Amino acid sequence: MKKVQFNNKFIPYLFVSPQIIIILVFFIWPSIMAIYYSFVMQDAFGVSTQFVWFQNYKDALLNSDYYSSFGFTLIFSTLVTFFSLGTGLFLAHKTNSMIKSRGIYRTLLMWPYALAPAVVGLMASFFFNQSHGDVYHFLNQLGWKFDPTSDPFSAQAMLVFIASWKQVSVNFIFFLSGLQGIPKSVLEASFIDCKSNSKRFWTIIFPLLAPTTFFLFITNITYSFFDTFGMIDTTTRGTPMGETKTLAYKIYQDGFLGADIGGSSAQSVILMLFVLIITIFQFKYLEKKVHY
Amino acid sequence: MKNTFSSKLFSHIVLILASLMFLLPVWVIVASSTHSPETIVNNGLQFFTGHNFINTYKSILFENSGYTKNVTAFRMILNSFIMAMGFAVGKVIISSMAAYAIVYFRFKLATFLFWLIFLTLLLPIQVRIVPSFEVLADLHLLNSYTGLIIPLIASATGTFFFRQYFKSVPEELLEAAKMDGANSWHFFIDILMPLSKTMSAALFIVMFIVGWNQYLWPIMMTTDPQYSTILLGIKEIYQSNFEGTYLPEFNRAFAMTTLALIIPVLMVLFFQRLFVKGLVDGDK
Repeated sequence: MKKVQFNNKFIPYLFVSPQIIIILVFFIWPSIMAIYYSFVMQDAFGVSTQFVWFQNYKDALLNSDYYSSFGFTLIFSTLVTFFSLGTGLFLAHKTNSMIKSRGIYRTLLMWPYALAPAVVGLMASFFFNQSHGDVYHFLNQLGWKFDPTSDPFSAQAMLVFIASWKQVSVNFIFFLSGLQGIPKSVLEASFIDCKSNSKRFWTIIFPLLAPTTFFLFITNITYSFFDTFGMIDTTTRGTPMGETKTLAYKIYQDGFLGADIGGSSAQSVILMLFVLIITIFQFKYLEKKVHY
Repeated sequence: MKNTFSSKLFSHIVLILASLMFLLPVWVIVASSTHSPETIVNNGLQFFTGHNFINTYKSILFENSGYTKNVTAFRMILNSFIMAMGFAVGKVIISSMAAYAIVYFRFKLATFLFWLIFLTLLLPIQVRIVPSFEVLADLHLLNSYTGLIIPLIASATGTFFFRQYFKSVPEELLEAAKMDGANSWHFFIDILMPLSKTMSAALFIVMFIVGWNQYLWPIMMTTDPQYSTILLGIKEIYQSNFEGTYLPEFNRAFAMTTLALIIPVLMVLFFQRLFVKGLVDGDK
């Protein structure tokens, strides 16, 4: 905080109030309601409500659907994070080693940031479609019986691919600006000390990027958990048999489409706790470090 | 010497291939949108542009389509634009104000309110979807621009962005302004915000793209096609193409896709530096 400040009892509240009011109405209140709903059960018409303690949590957690969704979310987010981080770092490193063409490659690789996950999903729904899709036919010609509508593995592989494809640009942008922030003197010293390119990268440059990598790691996990919603909703919608449902998508299907308010709210609260944990984790490790 | 040359060449090949991997799928969609529906159904996606550009785009932009046949793509683009614009402008305004209060004032609830703002990071829309819908229904905000925009602008990202930047502004600035007799309002409007022009623009660009690409919120919020955004429009047109029994009009679906992605892509391309600044400086 500043050493020199204004001393006024009333005015600061005026300045924060717009944001605070919106937060109270549209964030805090619905979240409290979600917690409340997770402890009650309503009949089909919403006429009578009964407090049921942890029954909704039990129902949600003892359901095999929940486990399969949980498992998929975990594997999906791990793979998407791994592929898109790796590709982003690799391309940023290659781009940064260019001198004249750096700007061109930077542009060519960062624009996909502007594509909405839902748009990517819709385009993919065409490319991977049985009757018209080029990628569908290509994969089948290669000998893989690829069919996202009936084969769970195909559907999951497709989602991992398109979700990673979409996320590479973000990682690329952050890694490239991280690489460009590394002081020249450090790089020059590293050239003298270490002749091997790959060794120099892994022992000097990569450790310097650690804070950026850590930040992106968290970003990619939350992306896979939440932002892939639009992609799933425009491609598999959880099919073939629920194998491609992330936890967030399941909450939407159960609560918004399926009207199972209690069960969906219990799942929401579990997911909130999860986000809480990764956020604490993030801030514990992130605040003090220097970014390059 | 030879070694560096071949490794340079290898790097170029890798980067060109990677660029194509992102460019090609989008390009064939854009190019195919200028062909007739027959061409696409019979011969698949097209790499070169065709002759149907004006026909297709004129008809989707200005003729009513969709399930209910009462909304044009032009209207949906307008809706997306209003939402993105309102979201980005609103975000810059309310988050700069909140950050100003937190950085430049000493007041009792400052820490508490800061944590309250922080809390929004823990509550993405996906975890509070049903009650959020109910709140909007109770406030009669379904199918309205207010309902599309206001709830989205309160999240913490913008506030953190400005807080970070305000903290880097030299202390002397406020001392000098105080000496000259500026009150807190004048300091904010006449000194601090003009100084933050670049940062505000950077945040605006990132937020415009984020706003334009909103998907789940508009799906929940709008049942009236007059408020449908272009993203919902393309979803509907793809669905009717895959499920319909007539000749699928993929050219129209692709044209809608092109319209949906062209504005945010152009923003990134034109304002590259600001965009990267808004993204990288903001998220730290």
